[in-house]
This record gives sequence, C-alpha cells and structure tokens, in this order.
Amino acid sequence: MKRWIWATAIATTAALPASAAEDVTTFTLENGLEIVVIEDHRAAAVTNMVWYRTGAADEPPGKSGIAHFLEHLLFKGTDELEPGEFSAIVEANGGSDNAFTSWDYTGYFQRVAADRLELMIEMEADRMTDLVLTDEVVLPERDVILEERSQRIDNSAGGIFGEQRRAAQYLNHPYAIPIIGWRHEMEELSRKDALDFYDTFYAPNNAILIVAGDADPDQVLRMAQTHFGPIPANPDLPVRVRPQEPPQVAERRIAYADARVAQPYVLRTYLAPERDPGAQETAAALTLLSELLGGSSATSVLGGKLEFEEQRSVYTAAFYNGLSLDATSFGFINVPAAGVSLEDAEADVDRVIAEFMAEGVDEAALERIKMQLRASEIYSRDSVEGRARQYGTALTSGLTVEDVQAWPDILQATTSEQIMAAAEMVFDRRNAVTGWLMRESAEEVMQ
Amino acid sequence: MNRLFGALSALILSTMPVWAIVDIQEVRSPGGITAWLVEDDAIPFVALEIRFQGGAALDPEDKRGAGYFMTGLLNEGAGEFDARAYATRVEELAASFSFEIFDDSMSVSARFLSENRDEAVEHLRIALQEPRFDTDAIERLRGQILSVIASDAKDPDTIAGTTFDALAFPGHPYATAREGTAETVGAMTRDDIVNAHKNTFARDRIFVGAAGDISPEELGLLLDTLLGGLPANGAPLPPDAEYALEGGVTVVPFETPQSVARFGHEGLSRDDKDFFAAFVLNQIVGGGGFNNRLMEEVRVKRGLTYGIGSFLLPLDNAALYLGQFSSDNTRIAEAIDVIRTQWTDVAENGVTEEELEAAKVYLTGAYPLRFDGNGRIASIMVGMQMDDLGMDYIPTRNDKVRAVTVEDLRRVAKRLLRPEDLHFVIVGQPQGLETN
Repeated sequence: MKRWIWATAIATTAALPASAAEDVTTFTLENGLEIVVIEDHRAAAVTNMVWYRTGAADEPPGKSGIAHFLEHLLFKGTDELEPGEFSAIVEANGGSDNAFTSWDYTGYFQRVAADRLELMIEMEADRMTDLVLTDEVVLPERDVILEERSQRIDNSAGGIFGEQRRAAQYLNHPYAIPIIGWRHEMEELSRKDALDFYDTFYAPNNAILIVAGDADPDQVLRMAQTHFGPIPANPDLPVRVRPQEPPQVAERRIAYADARVAQPYVLRTYLAPERDPGAQETAAALTLLSELLGGSSATSVLGGKLEFEEQRSVYTAAFYNGLSLDATSFGFINVPAAGVSLEDAEADVDRVIAEFMAEGVDEAALERIKMQLRASEIYSRDSVEGRARQYGTALTSGLTVEDVQAWPDILQATTSEQIMAAAEMVFDRRNAVTGWLMRESAEEVMQ
Repeated sequence: MNRLFGALSALILSTMPVWAIVDIQEVRSPGGITAWLVEDDAIPFVALEIRFQGGAALDPEDKRGAGYFMTGLLNEGAGEFDARAYATRVEELAASFSFEIFDDSMSVSARFLSENRDEAVEHLRIALQEPRFDTDAIERLRGQILSVIASDAKDPDTIAGTTFDALAFPGHPYATAREGTAETVGAMTRDDIVNAHKNTFARDRIFVGAAGDISPEELGLLLDTLLGGLPANGAPLPPDAEYALEGGVTVVPFETPQSVARFGHEGLSRDDKDFFAAFVLNQIVGGGGFNNRLMEEVRVKRGLTYGIGSFLLPLDNAALYLGQFSSDNTRIAEAIDVIRTQWTDVAENGVTEEELEAAKVYLTGAYPLRFDGNGRIASIMVGMQMDDLGMDYIPTRNDKVRAVTVEDLRRVAKRLLRPEDLHFVIVGQPQGLETN
C-alpha cells in the first residue's frame, strides 16, 4: 500500500543492529585515517566509501548549505582530474558513484567490480587533498543545489513544515539549520566558502575509509597506505564541539497552512538523548519504545488503538533515531481520519500515551519486537552496502566499532523497566515542539 | 585521461570482469509450477518473488482501483486470523510479505527465515488463498486510499504523471491512476474486491524466482503448497492501448515555485528487434549515472535542474519513451529548449563512437553489480521470465551490448527519438512557455 507517503513526512532511519563482528577488520594509519573492512565474498563486487566527520552542523554561521554544496563540488575536478572526470572514470570502469551529506557526516561512495578497488581508493585520496575549483563550474552547480532545494523542500508543504519544525526544536544547536541550507544563504555561497570549508575539514585525521564486499583486509590496508598514507594529518582540525542546547523550559507550537496540503496531520517531537560511546542503554530503550508505541500499525499501541480499534486515524507512527552526535529527537505523527480535527488528533495521541504510561509495556509485544531485531541481523547480512552505511553513520556520530557491535545485545537486554523509565524522561512537554500541518483555508484553530 | 590515472584506467578497460554471476536452476514442482532458483545457504533465509501477469489493468472500467484496494487487504486478515492477529503472527515469525500491484502485474515479495520456513509459508498461503476481506478492514483501508487519492491530487509529480497518462491513453485502464478515483473507491464493494482477487490470482499467469537457503526439492513442494490451490485461469488480459498524444506542451496550472515536467512519446516494445539497441541508446541520451546527454546539458552545464532522466517503458499493451525533471518556474522554458535540441541532434546525427564506447563499458560493468542480494536476484529472475528471456541471457547479455554499433544506433535513433512528437506536461507556473 502507499502508506509510505506518510512515512516520508518524518525523517527516520530504522535502527537496525549491525551484524556479526567476525567479518569486520579495522586499522588506523599514522595520519589518523581510520579503515573498516567488511568482508562479504558472495559476489566479486565491492563498495568503497570515504566518510568525513563533518556535516551541516559543522558549518560556520551564515554559510548554511556549504557542507552539502562542497559535496557536489568534490566531483568538479582536482589537479589530476577534469570536472566530471571522477564519475566518468567510475562509469568507464562499470561502476556507479554518488555522495550524501547529513548534519554529522559527508560520505562518498563507489560500487565497482572487486578488481577496481585500488583505482577508487586512489581517486578518493586525490580529491581529499587536491581539489581544484573554478567559478565556471561552481556557479552552475550553485544553481543545481538551489533547484535541489526547490525539489526537496519548497515544492512540498511537508518539506517546508519539517524544516520549520526542526528549526523550532533546537534553540541553540545547529541541528536547527537545514542540511540543504536556507535559500538566502545558499544564493551567496562562493568558491572561496567551499574551499575554506574543504581546507578546514577534509583531511585523513577526519575521515574513515570503509570498504565492504569482496575485499581482503590486508590488501585494503596496503592500498590505503599507498594512496592515503602520504597525505599529512591536519594539525589544525577543529575539535568537534557544537553549541549545545540550554535547558528547554517553554513548550513550542507551530502551525503551517499551505494550499498544497490535502491531508492535514499533527506531529510532535521531543528532544531526546542519542547513542553515546559506552552508554547506549537509554537510546536502546527509546528505540524499543518507538517500536512499541508506533512501529507496526496493526500491533503497536498508537496504531492498534487509533487506526484499528477506534478508526480515528489514517496513519500513526512513532520514530526515534539514536545515531546522532548531539541530542536527537523522539516523535509521533498522527494523520487523522476524515472528520477528526487536528486538535482532537493531538488529544488522541496524548490520551493513548497516557494510557500506555499507566499500563506499562506488553511483554509479548516486546518479545515480538526483539525477535524481529534478531531476525534483522540475519536479513541485514544480505546487504553489505547497508552494513557499510551503518558503520559509517555510527563512526561519524561519535560511536566506535565496539559500540556498533555491542548494540544488538544491548537491545536484547533492555527491560520493560528501562523502557518505561526512558519514556518518563523523554515525554516532557517543555522539550517538545508540536506542529500542525493544515490546509490553507483551515477551519481549525490552534489551541 | 591524465598521467596519474591513465595507465591504470587503460589497463582496466581492456579486462572487464568475467565471473559467473549467478547459477540458476530451473525447478518444476510436482504440481507443474515452474520457478527459477539460485540456491545459496550462506545466510539462513529465502527471498521469494512471485508475479502474476495482469495487475491493475484488469480493473473493470467502472471499478477502477479494485485491484489496488484488494492488494492492500491481503495483509489485513486471512484464514482464522483477523488483521491484528495476522500481523501479530507474521511479526512473531519475523517474516515479511509485501504485495504490490502494477499496471501489468501483481507482485508478491516475501522473505522468511529458515528456522520457521513452514510456518511462514503457511501464513503467506492463507494471505494469497484465504484473504478475509473483513468489513472493518475494508472501511479502514477505504479511508487510507481516499486520503492517498486526495494527496496525489495536490502532488505536482503525481499530477504530471497522471496527466500524461490521461492524454496518452484515453479509454484504456492505463489512462487513470491504479488507486482509482474518490468516486470508484467510495463505491467499491466487498464483491468488487473478491472479483479482483479472482481475476488476479490464477495458475495460468505465475512467474517465480527464489534465492537463498532452499533446495530445488523443497522449493517445489513449497510452491505447490503456496500456489497449487489457486484457480486455473484468471481474467482475460486487457487489449492494446492506442497512443493518442501529439507533440506539444500541456500546462497544468499549480501554485508551486518549481515546475515539474513529464515528457515523451511512444517507445519500443520489449520484443521489438531494436529494443536492445534502444536501451543502449537511452543510456547515452538520459540513462543512469551522470554521464549522459541530458544530465550534461541540462544540469551540469546550465544548472537548470537537480535531476533529469529518460527511460523506456515497455508495457504489455503499449510502449512509451519518457523523461522527467523539474526546474524553477522561471527557468523551465530554457530546459525544454535544451531537451528538444538534444532530441533533434540525436535523431538526426546519432551518437559518437566515444559515447557508445563509454555506454558499453558502463553497461557491461554495471550489469553484474545488480545481482547484490537474494531479494534482488529473485526479482531479476522473475523479470527475465516475464520478458521471455532465456536462462542463457545472463552470460550472453554483455556480448549483446558489445555487439551494438554506431550504425545500429543511428538507425534506431531515427525510430526512437521523434522531436516533433515530443509532448511535455508541465505542472506549475512556468514562465515564457507557449502551449498548444
């Protein structure tokens, strides 16, 4: 069914556990480059990834979007390669490549036949240090990211709403700023801004090489030493400390009306702790809490009550993603059935959560979720690329390989008491933003 | 090329990978159902892909959306279990069953663990053979589908696609959205849904691919359990659709900052002798990756869009050659000019040797990378069977790509790219655009 269209209203990543540790090998070069090799020899293919511990939340004030803009510009040439030649060489070797930017990381990857790995590593090493940019390529690419912003955000009422909600969630932390950037700042981004950001953050001591697939760890180490080894560490790499949130003492409410809204909904997020190195228990409890409250429509607390028993909602979900360097959020969405106002939809969620807080965890439901998490360790082994992403996201979010490998066991060991304690802690309205996405001629009035 | 990478790249171009991609076995169940299997016990689960030819195009004209509605209900209660009990059981087994209806087919994608395979298969069997279609489930789903239809009506991407389809295929099911309309879905009865189920699930139209931890014998027995009880014959397949659209521009006014475009004209059917060459040609025009004409001219050189692509869409009853992109309202007219220029250029002049060589290297190298994981392999094998490709297609496919010449493409370009027939549907507030 097309229910996913509601799921896209919320940015969430399933917190799947990474699987078996025995096929994962790690190294660190003298210049600080970390290397993770995940072996899977079922097919003669390999994914090569370079992750930088730098993302949109590391941007200087007033330069929103520069981390993502730079990601685009990394394809625009070096002292060795013409603009576009990087991807052309990847394609000429039968591979595909792309890149992605988040608040906490920027990543680049190629998927190629296993015997092409060294060329990919060589080219990634080249663009870590020898980027060459001219206005001739920078300016049209700035138009591209503005079009990207139009496509992702401005052309979608839900996109605009999500951006405003996030800005209201963080009072001080740069997570308030969209990855793509605010349009008025994007329009002013320059070649120099990009190169300044590059010179500050692109260095081996701020990067992780992840190779996943049909690769031999010792061979990967040799290739990395050959190509990344000569690049010096950046001694001036900034310590990664962002402005932190003050105590949030005033609940926030936003309302956004747009003629393009056909189906209104209410969404609330609470500021929530993230997974921290050596201390992932609370995050594990919140992960399970989100599954219990709003994982599966048919069997979760919100879905079971509002979609099935009462038929007052078209769609409900709870979401939490603990992979974040700084404070993350825990949230709900309720898409009300025809005839149910947003005010009532919000009250419905509050009522059902209050009942849950009084009744506690259904042990059978918790066991079912744990079974699915155990199974997901088996299923996830089918996608070595997915596993590479899990490691990359975790390692750029302040966690270690050991934390990634401990996570499945921590989830399994989490008790109902821990889950209820985490719920008591996180459901504090002073930390929350409640948002209503409304039709333009909304008859509803904010409370 | 350049001094640093030149030597290594050149060496590599001459030695593209040769490896056995997958080892397919044909399985025939005791009951006579054929399947393709890639057996691999490395991970203790099976991915199973089953498709039934037919799909949403089987909807009776006044019951548009019946197939889609029925599909959504397959997970909503079966056998002795109501919707919530059924979902609970499947979650306990950590199995996953998803059902999706396309224009020409119904797809069943399942994965289940080896440790509880029999129980999982029994739950899939009752979903396929004994769905309950309970009244409360029907009403819950009706609300969801109406919500989706209302949202689609305000989504510029969806409007662009449905407008193009409506103009291209009047009178055929392809002309309308498979979700149906508020009117048809509002009036849908349980009988309509039961009929859609009967029309869709039958043994005369099954294609099966399986990959993972299962032997041919086990798969044969599993398929008889799962599918043997279905009726022998489904509804007659729909007639061919006549393409009714001429070249030009249609604007659908919509208040939004960025216009969304869907464009194209007729394409080539899957069994056309030129289809393969057309596939290679499209790679150069606007296929995957960054290295194609449309991405280069519209995005890289001019920054007129974030993404643009073109694709061949060979349906069972029609064939299209389509593209899509979006550009801010002030700039989309320029983007359309650039596309028309490229279309004309390729139609008149074909492509260069260098472009063809680059496309060949990309396509031949990328092909084996598709087979990454049990689910993908099962799905590819079903697609091959539906396209009537033999098992020897996989080891010979790259040779077919290499055999394509620029002369082939020059000839096919004149057939495939027809600038005068290009029709653009633009949803937004485009500036400086003449419409017809």
